[in-house]
Amino acid sequence: MAISDLANPTRFLAFADRILRFVWATALLGLGIGLYLAFFVAPPDYQQGETVRIMFVHVPSAWLAMFGYALMAVAALGTLVWRHPLADVAAKSIAPVGAAFTFLALVTGSLWGKPMWGTYWVWDARLTSMLVLFLMYLGLIALWRAVDDSGRTARVAAVLILVGAINLPIIKFSVDWWNTLHQPASVFRMDGPTIDASMLWPLFVMAIATTLLFLALVLMMMKNEILRRRMRTLQLTAAGATG
Amino acid sequence: MAILGDHGGFILAAYLAAVVVLAGLVVWIVLDGRMLRRRLADLESRGVRRRSARGGET
Repeated sequence: MAISDLANPTRFLAFADRILRFVWATALLGLGIGLYLAFFVAPPDYQQGETVRIMFVHVPSAWLAMFGYALMAVAALGTLVWRHPLADVAAKSIAPVGAAFTFLALVTGSLWGKPMWGTYWVWDARLTSMLVLFLMYLGLIALWRAVDDSGRTARVAAVLILVGAINLPIIKFSVDWWNTLHQPASVFRMDGPTIDASMLWPLFVMAIATTLLFLALVLMMMKNEILRRRMRTLQLTAAGATG
Repeated sequence: MAILGDHGGFILAAYLAAVVVLAGLVVWIVLDGRMLRRRLADLESRGVRRRSARGGET
């Protein structure tokens, strides 16, 4: 099957059905292995002690919060430039999943911050820009739910998504550009990770497993969205036949 | 909790939050999918069809 065949919603549904079980199985297996490594193999941190174990759920959540928005930006280009029929379906489906991971990044970060910083929240650049990302997700979800005309909403949402994408580099570099309580990057750095391998590998396993979970959830959301649009078409057809 | 040190409650709360949020999302998606399939089946049982379904699936 060529990639372009997936532009057809019926073929996409068949493709999603075929790969979903595999994605779910590998995600759950990966999460099992990742949690074992995070709790029983990774050592406590020399400064943070056992509290560092929050990193294995917080960091993948934060990465996926940004990854989700970046995917939405690509989908927005798909809507505006290539007018791909599934681009708006993808963007709309990613938003709730991305919002959930952003919420988790904020909550787990708060729960990590209290014992380490002495506070659940501080208005520093990293935390504030993540909160802005969460609010942008919520705003887009509200827009899609408020307007019934999916064609016009798709274009408005796509423009808003692309404007909001400016927040992604702000989140990433906030810890370098401003003086923040949040620590600087310790994995994706020009000079390599500063985390010991005994913690880095469990983190990567958790990140890959959580990414697979993210993809499984988005595929399920996309299936639902395609069915929702079919239902709307049928309802309009039924209304036209009786009206 | 003692095995997780003095801040075990924070660690457990973080993982519990992840389980609750993600399980809630899965349940919502599954229920939404079931509701949509039921409504689609209901419409199709009343003879309402998409054009593509009438002229062969594409």
